[in-house]
Amino acid sequence: MITDITLGQFFPGQSVIHRLDPRTKILGAIFYIVIVFLAKNVFSFLLLVAFTLFLVLLSRISPKVVLKGLKPLIIIIVFTAILNLFGKKGETPLISFWIINIYPEGIRYAIMIIIRVVCMLAGTSVILSYTTSPTAITEGIERLLSPLAVLHLPVHDFAMMMTIALRFIPTLIDETDKIMKAQTARGVDFSSGSLIRRAKALIPILIPLLFSAFRHAKDLSIAMECRCYRAGKGMTHMTTHRFGLRDYLSALVMCAFCAAVVLLNKYAPGFSL
Amino acid sequence: MNNDPFIKIENLNFAYGSGDEMSRPILKNINLTVEKGSFVAVLGHNGSGKSTLAKLLNMIESPVSGKITIAGMDITDPEMTEEMMIEIRRKIGMVFQDPDDQLVATIVEEDVAFGPENLGIEPKEIRRRVDEALKTVGMEQYATHAPHQLSGGQKQRIAIAGIIAMMPECIIFDESTAMLDPTGRKDVMDTILRLNKEHGITVMTITHNMEEAVYADRVIVINEGEIVLDGTPKEVFGNVEKLHSFGLDVPQVTELFYELNLSKCRLPSDVLTEKEGADVIARMVL
Repeated sequence: MITDITLGQFFPGQSVIHRLDPRTKILGAIFYIVIVFLAKNVFSFLLLVAFTLFLVLLSRISPKVVLKGLKPLIIIIVFTAILNLFGKKGETPLISFWIINIYPEGIRYAIMIIIRVVCMLAGTSVILSYTTSPTAITEGIERLLSPLAVLHLPVHDFAMMMTIALRFIPTLIDETDKIMKAQTARGVDFSSGSLIRRAKALIPILIPLLFSAFRHAKDLSIAMECRCYRAGKGMTHMTTHRFGLRDYLSALVMCAFCAAVVLLNKYAPGFSL
Repeated sequence: MNNDPFIKIENLNFAYGSGDEMSRPILKNINLTVEKGSFVAVLGHNGSGKSTLAKLLNMIESPVSGKITIAGMDITDPEMTEEMMIEIRRKIGMVFQDPDDQLVATIVEEDVAFGPENLGIEPKEIRRRVDEALKTVGMEQYATHAPHQLSGGQKQRIAIAGIIAMMPECIIFDESTAMLDPTGRKDVMDTILRLNKEHGITVMTITHNMEEAVYADRVIVINEGEIVLDGTPKEVFGNVEKLHSFGLDVPQVTELFYELNLSKCRLPSDVLTEKEGADVIARMVL
């Protein structure tokens, strides 16, 4: 049941986005989120939607996959939209019913929130998580943070921990499933009783899980030592990314996109949302 | 130098802890040589010290006393540098029991690259080694898969590929098939045999599966920290009673023939595989 969580949403491919340096993609994704929140009026929103679609097409990831990735978040999207729909107060209510007043501003806000959240999720997925392998992401983070190594911060260790954490999520999920079944067979009831009782029922899962996590850690560290690991000293990488023309061009495109959004906000104010 | 054995262990003693807090001895006065290119199986029941022996060879543990020489290098020398230790670990690869506890990366080929990356190999050469290692274990079509999508046997073959990519001269398999299903076990065993026969890699398997030990050139039995039997599989498995007293089994066919001999049959005691057994019976019947 819990074993079918899909992780490592990475879809290997050869598109332009796939081949970008992970550093470009991490910075690009952050920049993209900022731009999403800069957009303020009809025109900048239209540009935002168009640009997001452009990114999806560029990544050659099927739009179906992108939509499917949004599915688990529908509740959150709808919830925030409804909150804004009723929460935003204007001058003249559009619909007035009992204590509920819906203002045109509320409707605008709700639409805006939906577009923002959908664009943000779809955009960052195709820029980063769908097109970059977890190892490349950690490599990117490591290299972006590498100036901090001067301050004796263990940047490499952080990156390694992230890689291993990602690697072990499915393993620990499998284990949780096994332990739950074993404890159910021993008569532990997880699904009935008061909240406190149910919380208490989790203890016989958490303790063995913690124990096994420590065992994994010990065995893995020995195996890593056997594979000549020495905390990144003298380590090379099979795929080293280098900033290329592609990366500079995409930085340029992102900047142009940002400038366009800002200009549209400023010079087409009549349709402000 | 070339005539020297690949691994030479002299008067080795080992116990966990140190000083007053030393545990009971795990390994007692071990003397052992392993020739280059050979296939040695180390047998022993749980707690006999067989896994500890492997960890000593790889410098994960260091002995209380005694000397271990690997490819002419004394690894018990207190003046060993880190570089030398890395070189030993590169020469002697280890494959463990649980494949999940050996894979580091979330993509198969990136995991195989981990060893060479640690060794500081050129990226182009790493790529070449990774492709070759995956081909050697027959997993090249899974290069971009995530390890958790693979079966136990497949994961173990990836772990082996990760070791091969370091180009070791010897690989120690520490109960590497114990957690696998029969198909996975067979695939891994075939891979091990191929590495030994075709690639000339010295193989040491630590196991309590007798059917696996049959493939070795030499079987060593460890009981309570001491080497008690050492010989070809046929020689060792002939000692059915002795092996039973160490808490070990013999291959099923050998056991069957032994029992039949107890009931006044006159069958050879050095039959190890089903095929050999069938041949013996066929000759008697026809």
